[in-house]
Amino acid sequence: MTDDELIWRISGGSGDGIASTSQNFAKALMRSGLNVFTHRHYPSRIRGGHTYTEVRASAGPVESRGDGYNFLLALGDSFARNPQEEAVYGNEEIKPLSENLDELREGGVIVYDEGLLDASEIPNFEERAEENDWHVYPLDLRGLARDMGREVMRNTAGVGATCALTGMELDHVEDLMRDAMPEKILDPNLEILETAYEQVQEEYDVDAPDVSVPTGEHDETQLLMSGSDAIAYGAIDEGCRFISGYPMTPWTEVFTIMSQNLPKLDGISEQVEDEIAAAALAVGASHAGVKAMSGSSGGGFALMSEPLGLAEMTETPVVLVEAMRAGPSTGMPTKPEQSDLEHVLYTSQGDSQRVVLAPGTVEEAYEQSRLAFRLAYEYQIPTILLYDQKLGGELKNVPKDHFDREPNPTLGKTLSEDALSEQPHSGDGKFHRFQHDVDDGVSPRSIPGQKGGRFLATGNEHDPTGHISESPENRVAQIDRRAEKLAAIREDLDTEDTGSYAGPEDAEYGILTFGSQQGTVEEAVGRLNDAGVSVKSYGVSDMLPFPTEQVEAFVESVDEVLVVEMTASGQFRGLVQKNLGRYGERLSSLLKYNGNPFEPAEVVDGFEAAIIEGDSDASDHQTTFVPAAGD
Amino acid sequence: MSTFSAIGEEREIDRDEYTPGVEPQPTWCPGCGDFSVLKALKQALPEVGRTPEETLLCTGIGCSGKLNSYLDTYGFHTIHGRSLPVARAAKLANPDLEVIAAGGDGDGYGIGGNHFIHTARENHDMTYIVFNNEIFGLTKGQTSPTSPKGHKSKTQPSGSAKEPIKPLSMSLNAGASYVARTAAVNPNQAKEIITEAIEHDGFAHVDFLTQCPTWNKDARQYVPYIDVNDSDDYEFDKTDRVEAAEMMRETEESLYEGEVLTGRFYVDEERPSYGQEKQTIGEMPEEPLAERYWDDDYEWERSHDMFLDKHA
Repeated sequence: MTDDELIWRISGGSGDGIASTSQNFAKALMRSGLNVFTHRHYPSRIRGGHTYTEVRASAGPVESRGDGYNFLLALGDSFARNPQEEAVYGNEEIKPLSENLDELREGGVIVYDEGLLDASEIPNFEERAEENDWHVYPLDLRGLARDMGREVMRNTAGVGATCALTGMELDHVEDLMRDAMPEKILDPNLEILETAYEQVQEEYDVDAPDVSVPTGEHDETQLLMSGSDAIAYGAIDEGCRFISGYPMTPWTEVFTIMSQNLPKLDGISEQVEDEIAAAALAVGASHAGVKAMSGSSGGGFALMSEPLGLAEMTETPVVLVEAMRAGPSTGMPTKPEQSDLEHVLYTSQGDSQRVVLAPGTVEEAYEQSRLAFRLAYEYQIPTILLYDQKLGGELKNVPKDHFDREPNPTLGKTLSEDALSEQPHSGDGKFHRFQHDVDDGVSPRSIPGQKGGRFLATGNEHDPTGHISESPENRVAQIDRRAEKLAAIREDLDTEDTGSYAGPEDAEYGILTFGSQQGTVEEAVGRLNDAGVSVKSYGVSDMLPFPTEQVEAFVESVDEVLVVEMTASGQFRGLVQKNLGRYGERLSSLLKYNGNPFEPAEVVDGFEAAIIEGDSDASDHQTTFVPAAGD
Repeated sequence: MSTFSAIGEEREIDRDEYTPGVEPQPTWCPGCGDFSVLKALKQALPEVGRTPEETLLCTGIGCSGKLNSYLDTYGFHTIHGRSLPVARAAKLANPDLEVIAAGGDGDGYGIGGNHFIHTARENHDMTYIVFNNEIFGLTKGQTSPTSPKGHKSKTQPSGSAKEPIKPLSMSLNAGASYVARTAAVNPNQAKEIITEAIEHDGFAHVDFLTQCPTWNKDARQYVPYIDVNDSDDYEFDKTDRVEAAEMMRETEESLYEGEVLTGRFYVDEERPSYGQEKQTIGEMPEEPLAERYWDDDYEWERSHDMFLDKHA
C-alpha cells in the first residue's frame, strides 16, 4: 500500500525453521529502529505443509499485518508430499512459491530457491510476473548451503539475499545470530549469510532496490513480544505462582512460557490428565492460598465448565485463559477465530458469575492479564482472559518501559488470623465466610490452616458458614450478593479505561470490534479518514461485565455502526444488542471466518461497499456482510 | 501470630471438636455404612494429632459427599468426581495441611476414574477414602462401577452385562503406595487403617465397604469379614507388588462369591511422595507456597528484571 514499509514473507514447509528465521529477522529490523509486526500462517502438521510468516516493518506505527506484502522469500519444503495430482495435498513441492503469488503486491520482489523450486511448473508464471511488475530473482540457495556444509542453512542464505536486495546492512542480523545460535553452527551461518549477500550484490544491480528497507529510530529500548508472552508476564507480575494445564494449540504457548519460568520463581507448574483436572487444580491451589491460573483453547475449555461453575459458587478466585481457534469441535487448530465468545460467556450451568476480558494488543494482553488477577482476587470471582491464535502468536515491538511496574502479589480480601478473630463466627466456632451484607458483595475469606477460619466451601447453595442450605431467604440473599460483585466490578472497570478509540469523536459512522481485530480496524479507520470518510472505531475489551453505557454512547453518537468480528454468526454484535436492548437497525456486521484474520483493506473496502455505497457485493474479499435489522 | 498457627499445634484434641454444631447428627439412612467412615475419622484424627483447622477434607458428590457437613474441619465439597484434583493442588500449595479426599464408588471409580489413576500414579501425600457400596445411593439405586455383573436396577432392568471395576488392583497398577480395604461392620480395623493411611507419606487409598440398606438390600452387609493380615488362611507379603497383586485379585473375586476379605494389601514406605519428587527436580519450593503471600519481607520478582532482556 505504502512505499515506506517492508512486508517480507518467508515461505516454506513446516519444520524447516521458518518461524525462528522470521523471528530473528523481525528482531533485526526492530533493532535497526523500525516498528515491526508479524503474522504466522501454519498448518496443523509437524513436518511439511505450506507455512509462511510475514514480517511488517515501518518507521511509523504498525498495529496489524498490513495488506498483502511486497517481498517474498520462497524456500523449499523439505518434507513436501508430491503424490499424484488428485491427492489432497496437491503438489506440495511448489507451494512455497505458487501459494503466495495472489497476495504479492504490484512491483513486489520474489526471491525463490531455484535449487528446490521450478517456476515453470506454475502456469503463466512469467506472464503474471510481467503483468504485476514483479522483480524475480531465482537463486540456488540450497546449492549454496549444500556447498557450505548444511542444507538447512538455506534459510540464512535467503536472509542474506533479502538484505542485499533491500539495501539492509548485515550487522543487526549478524548480532542476532550470535545471540541465538549455538557456537558450532554460528560460524558457517555467518559465512553463508555474507556469501549470499555478496553474490547477490555482484550478480545484480542493487544500488536502486525494487523494495527497500525503511529506516527509523527508537527513543527507548524495544522488546519483540507476543500476546502469549505478555499474558504470562502479566500473570507473573501479579504474583501468580501456580499453573495447571493440558496441552492444546494455541493455549500451549502461555502454558509453556509459564512452565519454563515458574521454577525460577520457586513456583509450581502442573501438567495434568485433562482440562477438568487442570481447572480444578487451579481452584484447589487458590483455595489453599496461592495465586493460580489455568487455561486452554475451545475444546479443552469446554471441559473446564464444571470447575468454572464451582469457582463461581464457592467464590474461589482463579484466572483462566482461553486461546480461541476456529471451531466447532477440533475445527482448524492453527487458525484464528473469535467464535468462542459465547462459549466462555455462558458455559456452565446456572446464572453465570464471571468476568471476561478480551485484550486487543500485546500491550493490552499484559495489562489485562494483570487486571484479570486483580479482579479475580479482589472480588473472589473467576476471571477469563479471552484471546486467540492471532494475538497469542503475533510478535510486535513494545517499549521495555511498558513493563516497568510494581508487582502485586496481594490476595485481596483475605484475613489474617488476628483479623479473623474479629469476624462473626457460629457458636461452634465456624467462620462466616459467606456473609450476606458486605461491601461490594465481597465477603472476606480465610485460608485453610488459619486458626479461627474454619468453613465449608461447597458447590451447593450455602448459608454464611458455607453449610448447605436451600432456604429461600438465604438463596435470594446469596444470589443477590454475588450479583452485586459484578456491579462493583463494572464500576471498577470504568476507572481502568480498557477500551480503545480511533478516529474523530464527531464522526458520522462507527466501527465496533473486540479483541484481536482492534489494531487492524484502527489502521483501516486511519486510511478511511485519510480518504475523507468520517468514521471512528471503538475496540471493546470488557465482555463481562459489559460496558453498556460506553457502547451505547458510541452507537448513539453515529448514524450507522459496522461490527467487525471473526465469527460466522455475529456473536459480538449479538452481545452488543443484548446489552443495549435496541439500536438493531443501526448495527450491521462484517464477518470473516475463513481461518485468516482481517486485513485492513478488507475492513476499508467492506465498510465503503456496505455503508457508503450501500452495495455489499461490491467488496471482492472473503468477508461477509450482514445488514442491520429491517434492511 | 503466625500465618497458619493451626498447623503443627501440639495439644490434646477432643473427638467432639470434629462435630459441627449446625448438623451434629448425619442425615444418612439408619444402618448406613457411611456412619462408620465418619466415626473412624473422628477417632483417627485426634490420634494422629491433626486438629480441625489444619485438616482439609475434600469430597465429591453423593451420600459420601455429605461427610463434609458432618466432620467439622476446613472443607471443600467439590463436584462429582473432582475431589482429587482439588485436594492434590491444595497439598502442593501448602504441604503442611493434612489433606483427605473422600467420595463414593461412582465418584471415584466412575466419573472421577481418570483423576484416581493419575493421583495414584503421582503418589500425592494424601488419604483417599472411597465409600464403596456397589450402588448409586443419592440418586436412588442405580447400578454403579462396582455393582456385580448381573446386578439389576432401574437403569439396568435386565441386569448389568459388565464386570465390576477391580479397585484395589487398579490402584496398585496406577501407583498408589498404600492400598487397603476395610468395612463399616469392622470399626476397630477401620479406625486402625484410616489412622495408618493418614500417617502414610504418599497416596493412601482405602476402599471402604459401606453397606447401603436402602438401595442395595440384596447385597451382603459385608459379614463375616476376614482380615487377611490376621488370618492364617492367607499368607502374603504386603510390601511385595506381585504377592499383593495376587492377594488383591483373590479378594476382588471372592467379594462376589460371598467372602469379604479386608486388610492392608500393599504398603510401600520407600517411594517418595510427589511433592518430594518435584522438589528433587527443583520444581517445588522448600517452603510452602501459601506462606509466601504473608511474608512481608519477600521480594516479589518482576518479569521486567528477570525475563525481558531476551526479547530485546
